[in-house]
Amino acid sequence: MKSVLNRRSAFILAGIALLAVFVWVVARSGPLAPVRVTVTQVASVDLAPLLFGIGVVEARRSYLVGPTSAGRVRRVAVDVGEAVRAGQLLAEMDPVDLDQRLAATSAAANRAQSAVDTAAAQLADSVARRKVAAANARRYEELGRKGFVSSSVTEGKTQEMNSATAQFAAAEAALAGARQDRTRLDAERAGAQQQRSNLRLLAPAAGVVTARDAEPGSTVVAGQAVVRLVAADSLWLKLRLDQHRSAGLQVGLPAEIVLRSRPGQLLPGKVARIEMLGDSVTEERIAQVAFDTPPKDVSIGEMSEITLHPPGVKQALAVPGAAVRLHEGKTGVWLLAAGKPEFVPVRTGTSGADGRVQIIAGLKDGDVVIVYSEGELTEDSRIKVVSTLTGS
Amino acid sequence: MISLAGRDILHSWGKFVLTGIGLGLLIGATLTMAGVYRGMVDDARVMLTNSGADIWVVQQDTQGPYAEASSIRDDVYRSLLGLPGVALAASVTYLTMQVRHGDTDSRTMVVGFEPGQPGEPGYLVAGRRLLRGHFEAIADVKTGFRLGERIRIRRHDYEVVGLTRRMVSSGGDPMVFIPLKDAQEAQFLKDNDAIISDRARTAANPALNHPGVPGLLDAVTAVQTINRSVNAVLVKVGAGNTAETVAREIRRWKHLQAYTREQMEEILVAKLIATSAKQIGMFLAILTIVSAAIVAFIIYTMTLGKIREIAVLKLIGTRNRTIAGMILQQAMGLGLIGFVVGKISATLWGPAFPKYVLLETGDAVRAFVIIMVVCALASTLAIRAALKVDPATAIGG
Repeated sequence: MKSVLNRRSAFILAGIALLAVFVWVVARSGPLAPVRVTVTQVASVDLAPLLFGIGVVEARRSYLVGPTSAGRVRRVAVDVGEAVRAGQLLAEMDPVDLDQRLAATSAAANRAQSAVDTAAAQLADSVARRKVAAANARRYEELGRKGFVSSSVTEGKTQEMNSATAQFAAAEAALAGARQDRTRLDAERAGAQQQRSNLRLLAPAAGVVTARDAEPGSTVVAGQAVVRLVAADSLWLKLRLDQHRSAGLQVGLPAEIVLRSRPGQLLPGKVARIEMLGDSVTEERIAQVAFDTPPKDVSIGEMSEITLHPPGVKQALAVPGAAVRLHEGKTGVWLLAAGKPEFVPVRTGTSGADGRVQIIAGLKDGDVVIVYSEGELTEDSRIKVVSTLTGS
Repeated sequence: MISLAGRDILHSWGKFVLTGIGLGLLIGATLTMAGVYRGMVDDARVMLTNSGADIWVVQQDTQGPYAEASSIRDDVYRSLLGLPGVALAASVTYLTMQVRHGDTDSRTMVVGFEPGQPGEPGYLVAGRRLLRGHFEAIADVKTGFRLGERIRIRRHDYEVVGLTRRMVSSGGDPMVFIPLKDAQEAQFLKDNDAIISDRARTAANPALNHPGVPGLLDAVTAVQTINRSVNAVLVKVGAGNTAETVAREIRRWKHLQAYTREQMEEILVAKLIATSAKQIGMFLAILTIVSAAIVAFIIYTMTLGKIREIAVLKLIGTRNRTIAGMILQQAMGLGLIGFVVGKISATLWGPAFPKYVLLETGDAVRAFVIIMVVCALASTLAIRAALKVDPATAIGG
């Protein structure tokens, strides 16, 4: 009988234990289970915000060197990667008939010189003739006055002198004309030479050849590049920042640059320029960031990640960003008041680099807010405060 | 009056308890199967809830973004914000893909979202929200990613800065949240080989690479690599407006498809997961029938095993009602133990499943009722057999 009783009590105990496990299981899972959360106190901290964007390495100065009129490329003197100095010959265009035209204008100029010489000689001749005619006229005038010769002879000599004077004027004019002709043809020759030298494409500044767009024999139109140059010492980064995370951007802000080719290396730099024009399609702002010391072997077009550190906010009320939530269309935090969650709308300000968000209005120092939670919260949620939610 | 059933159970309690536990495990399996089915439906619903939207705006004539592919321009949200009744509107992209971390990869749904807008994960369990506009990710804990870990999506590495929970696609794949611009690139930017062969193809086309028009090829190439598309725009309706009126406005004037929460749920539950849900449902039905049959047979055979003792009871003049009561009580007790053990085991092993298992209280109550009814029915068979016993068998007849 005793063994039956023992057995009975053991059985009842086992039943109670089973029931206890059951109740525990039901209470811990499913709709009756509390939502586990972690909490923190609202406190005043220093917030150091950061701006982050993608940069692309660009040259501040780049040059497209090409002909000013359509033509065929005769030779290209440099190759991609070559460093060139200012004024160095990069390429030459085919002159077609320009050399011949230069020869023709040279010959014409030379002929003009000869014409000048001829005119000068003629002038000298006319000077001599005028001198003789004047002397004769004077002499016959004297003789005529004394009555040795007839007046018709005297008049004839005077006419000869006038004619010689007119011839002198004509010769003088011919010389001036020949000189002007020579000037014109000289100018034409210089023009042809200029055109000829314009076919030689020279480097406008020292730089590195980045592209050789046309090869000898190919035809290019006016303005099309044959060779592209960049000034290698003018590399900087074109930074694109999301518009809604660009507040505080200003020239001179220190930057941390991470080039894609060397992810472990932080290169210092500064914001060198902020462009007034943003990109309305991508909703980004554009700024240029210069390296403090430009790294070697960096390639144009290389992607980089740029972090800027605008001035922070001292001693601001802040909560972790995970605590700020959207609930029924309002931004706010879940306040833990008397063990129950209560949603309080807040106005947020700056975000710090550690994820903390400044609270401008809605909370006060020492308030306890819910940071992490296992699920969405409502006013009626049963909650259980734990120290951490991961690892479960 | 002494309880015959209790006496009998105490007499062979080991056997009784073991049978109960065996039965319980079977019931646990059935409950889990129901949980798998409910979990599937819940995955679809929770995705809609987590997106925080009242209206999904997608490409016209599609049932996107989850059930069908949908592609709209990423500036659509601006024109939607101008509509009356729209409080918030934000572009999102969804892309199911393998995400590499370390030497392995996991199947995830990569979501591109705008921070502070609908589509953002509503709560975190660790870490912080996105601070940088690029190359940071928030992952569901089911992905197995840890804080600070670097994962690879297409050509970029992302740092996991936050963890969340129960953010899954309708297919149950855990989500990884990355900034919208990165997600657009991950979804629409082709791999390098494809880009290069595309460029070569364009360059070979004389219409696009005309020698007399320098710069044309560059312009065409640039146009080809830009893709400013997203999959959907999530819209939050302002106070005082119903989702349906706003959705009607969008459908009519913006020439886009707009789904309200109810319509989206209909698409997901009734169309997207319909076949797999039916598959599970079918299996659940068969499992329920099999479990019921096994419970019935166990109770029947248990009674048959005690046929000699019952004959003795009858011989000493026990009333039929007492015998029937004993069998019924035992069957009910067995059912009760089975249910409790089943519920406990299902709850314990449920979280170990790779996909979400939702054990609903309603299902548990229904299961309890079914078990009790089946036990009662099965015991009637056993009672019939017991009552037909000839008392003479007790004395070796």
